[in-house]
Amino acid sequence: MPTRSEIGYDSKIEGDVIATRIDAALNWFRKNSLWPMPMGLACCAIELMAAGASRFDISRFGSEVMRFSPRQSDVMIVAGTVTYKMATAVKRIYDQMAEPKWVIAMGACASTGGMYRSYSVLQGVDNIIPVDVYVAGCPPRPEALLDALIKLQNQVQHEPLLETLKKTA
Amino acid sequence: MTALEFAQQIKTKFGDLISEPAGFRGEITIKLANAERIAEVCEFARKELGFDYLVDISSLDNYGEDPRWTVAYHLRGLANGCELRVKADVSEEKSELPTVIGVWRTANWHEREIYDMMGIRFRGHPDLRRILMWEGYPYFPLRKDFPLAGKPTQIPEVAFTQAAPLEGGPFVTAPGGKDAIEREPRVRTAEE
Repeated sequence: MPTRSEIGYDSKIEGDVIATRIDAALNWFRKNSLWPMPMGLACCAIELMAAGASRFDISRFGSEVMRFSPRQSDVMIVAGTVTYKMATAVKRIYDQMAEPKWVIAMGACASTGGMYRSYSVLQGVDNIIPVDVYVAGCPPRPEALLDALIKLQNQVQHEPLLETLKKTA
Repeated sequence: MTALEFAQQIKTKFGDLISEPAGFRGEITIKLANAERIAEVCEFARKELGFDYLVDISSLDNYGEDPRWTVAYHLRGLANGCELRVKADVSEEKSELPTVIGVWRTANWHEREIYDMMGIRFRGHPDLRRILMWEGYPYFPLRKDFPLAGKPTQIPEVAFTQAAPLEGGPFVTAPGGKDAIEREPRVRTAEE
């Protein structure tokens, strides 16, 4: 005999109507289709590709639509070593992304500069753009990236969206 | 023909300009007395001796010595299978020598890299910009007197750099140590 939980949507009682908060609903829409901007700069990008491919399949979490245009993407995945020369381009692309936007710093280099303590490498992409989730690893395995994505989804779900919208309106 | 014979031919042609060919582990090096004539020598090596492939151009900083710079050209003939190294010294005051783009077009990026990293200019280069660092960066980072961590710079609206935190480093490995503790990366002074 199937068990029944007390909470949740019950079509027999509620019909086609669902009661929820508007920012919970809007955030739910957002978090389940975070389109990534693949900022692949080094070997982390290979793991990012693996995360997108069939074995790890990032589309299970609604993030399979890698957009190579910043205007169509929600989350920038900075995968790799950010040199000072590339930093200007990364910042520019981030600025071109439409709000709302998030950033995942994937791997040691993007998070802190990693092993590159040298004149040419930016010591963490958070020096130029705000980062939401950092992923450890050199490079991180695809599971780690998926975990970061789930963490980001949780963060998106709990954003005070309605308040922000009212403030900007 | 061997690389040594090709080197002798260059010496016969240019005489005192070219040093006696030096061999080390089967590789032949010749040195120019006057860097101003590098393009001429390269032209001869390519047109007459068949060194049609410029493998690389590299530069050395003999810090504390005069002349400070050495520029090394690595030549290869695809048909004759020989490799030849041509070196030329450049003084720090001058820091300039003629381009060899007229001989091998591939020299373009090699020379830009040397200009970017070492600050040696190539006269006649059509596009002598930085290639690895951002345009406007004020230093030449491969020079011996430039710190590994870099120096802070700020060009408003363009780019910036900060000195990297070395946290006690640079950490240097010592290959050939008797155990892993000896070999692993540690802070080492020059005396060790």
